[in-house]
Amino acid sequence: MLIKRPDDIAPSEITPRSLFGRRRAFIKAAGALALAAGLPAETWAREAFPGLQKSAFSTLEPPNSLRDIASYNNFVEFGFGGKSQPAERAGAMKTRPWTVTIEGLAHKPRTFAIEDILRIAPLEERIYRLRCVEGWSMVIPWVGFPLHALLKQVEPLGSAKYVEFVTHTDPATMPGLRFSYLEWPYTEGLRLDEALHPLTILAVGLYGEALPNQNGAPLRLVVPWKYGFKSGKSIVRIRLTDKEPKTTWNLAQPEEYGFYANVNPEVSHPRWSQEKERRIGEFFKRKTLPFNGYAEQVAPLYAGMDLRKHY
Amino acid sequence: MQPNPQQLSALKAALFALCLVPLAQLGWLGWSDALGANPIELITRHLGKWTLNFLLITLAVTPLRHLTGWHWLIRLRRMLGLYAFFYALLHFLTYLWLDQFFDWASIVRDIAKRPFITTGFTAFLLLIPLAATSNAAMVKRLGGRRWTQLHRSVYAIALIGVAHYWWLVKKDVTLPLLYAVLLGALLGFRALRLAKERRRQLAAYSRSR
Ligand code: HEM
Repeated sequence: MLIKRPDDIAPSEITPRSLFGRRRAFIKAAGALALAAGLPAETWAREAFPGLQKSAFSTLEPPNSLRDIASYNNFVEFGFGGKSQPAERAGAMKTRPWTVTIEGLAHKPRTFAIEDILRIAPLEERIYRLRCVEGWSMVIPWVGFPLHALLKQVEPLGSAKYVEFVTHTDPATMPGLRFSYLEWPYTEGLRLDEALHPLTILAVGLYGEALPNQNGAPLRLVVPWKYGFKSGKSIVRIRLTDKEPKTTWNLAQPEEYGFYANVNPEVSHPRWSQEKERRIGEFFKRKTLPFNGYAEQVAPLYAGMDLRKHY
Repeated sequence: MQPNPQQLSALKAALFALCLVPLAQLGWLGWSDALGANPIELITRHLGKWTLNFLLITLAVTPLRHLTGWHWLIRLRRMLGLYAFFYALLHFLTYLWLDQFFDWASIVRDIAKRPFITTGFTAFLLLIPLAATSNAAMVKRLGGRRWTQLHRSVYAIALIGVAHYWWLVKKDVTLPLLYAVLLGALLGFRALRLAKERRRQLAAYSRSR
C-alpha cells in the first residue's frame, strides 16, 4: 500500500478492470491468508451492458477498482461480521427470476419482471461518489437509469408523498436474517421529490456489467447525496405512501441514523465525526462535502429545513 | 513437568517468536496485496484484537498454573504482558499516524467525545506504568506488595478494553460478548480461589484456637 496524496493519482494508476482478475489469481496462488479471498466465481461472468449512455451527472474523479467495490461491502443480510462477508456469502443469492412490485398510491400499480425493468429507459453510466456513514467513501461507475422513469410507469397519485423500498429476504441464503438487531425486511424510504430527483437512480450494474450480488443485484437504489445505508440493495417492492416510511436503521438507533441521512460534515454521528472521510485507496483523509458534493443539485430540496434536526 | 533452565530459555525464545506472528501476518498480507480495500481499518482492528488477546492470554497464566501445577508458567508471564503493551502501542500509533495522521485537534476531540476512543485511551494510559515497572529491578524497588497492588490494575485494563470493543461495534456484539465471558471466567477463577483460600485460613485459624 503506497502512500499517496489524493490529487496525484494518475488515472493510469487505478486498477483497470482487466487487471482485477490477474491480481486475484495471484492472491489465490499465494494462498493468501484468506482475509480478502473468497469472491464467488459469479463475480467473473456477469451480463454485460454495451452501449451505455454517458451522463452529465458523472464525476470526473477516478473510480475505485472493481475489486475494492466488490469486496468491501455492507450488506447486513449476509452478516454483521465484517466487510468481506457479503462477497463471501452473497454468491448463493438467486437473482433470477426476479420481480419488483410497485404498489400503494398509484393509478396503475403493477409487478415488473426484472427483464422488463431493464427495458424501461436507456441504461446510463453514472459515476457517483458513495459516502458511507462509517466514514469512508468510494467512486463507483454505476449502470442504471433514473428512478423517476420507473415511477412514471405506475402514475403516482397526487396524495403520494413518500416512497418506501423493501428489499429481498431469503433465510436460506442470508444468514444475517437470523440476527434480530434489525427489523427485517431491510426497508428504506425517500420523500417523493427526492425519489423523483434526476440524480436518484436504480442501479443494475457497475463497470458496464450486471451488479455483483454483494453490491445489491439485480436492482438497487443509489441516492448519491445520502449516506450509503439509504440506498437499499436487492429491491423487491416499492410502495408509494402518504406517511414517512419506517426505515430500518432509524428504527434500530434513531439517535444515530435519521430518516434523511443527507451527507453532512457539520452533524456528527454520536460516536464519530463526519467532517472527514477516507476515500478507499487513499492514505490521507479528505474533507467531507455537504450533500456529498451534490449540494448544487439537491440543496434546494431542503430549503428552510433545519438539517441538524432532520439529520 | 518441570523444564530445566536450557529448556526454559528455548521455550522463551520460541514464545517470543510466536508472539510476533500476528505482526508478521500483517506484513504478509501487505506483501501479497491482500490487506483489502481499507488497509488502515484492517490494520487498526487486527492490532486492537491482538492487544486484547494478549491481555487475556496474560491473565490466563495464573489460572493455568493452578490448574496444571506448572508453576514455571509464571516465568513466561512478563513477556506476554509486554507483548500486550507492544500491540497496544502499535494499535495506538496506527490510530495516531495512519488513521488520524497526527491531526491533534481531531484526536483530542475524539478522545474527549467518543466513548470508545476514551475507553481505549484510558486502557492504554493505564498499561504504561505496568510496562515501565515490569523488570526485576522495578519489582525490587517497589517491593513485592506494592508491585502486586499496582499490577492488579490489569484487571481493570482488560475490562475497559472489552468495553472499548463493545462500544465500537455497530450492532453485532457477539465477539465483544465472547471476550467478556472469557474475561469473566478468568477473573471468576481468581475470585473463587480467593474465597476458598479465605475459608481455609479461617478454618485453620479457628482450629488453632
Ligand atoms: C489496551 C488498550 C486497547 C485495547 C485492548 C483495544 C482493543 C481493540 C479492539 C479489540 C478493537 C476491535 C478490533 C476488531 O474489530 O476486530 C479495537 C479497535 C479500535 N481501537 Fe482499540 N484498543 C485499545 C486502545 C486503543 C487506543 C488507545 C485507541 C486510540 C486512541 C484505540 C482506537 C481504536 C480504533 C480507532 C479502532 C477501530 C475502530 C473501527 O475500525 O471502527 N484503541 N481496539
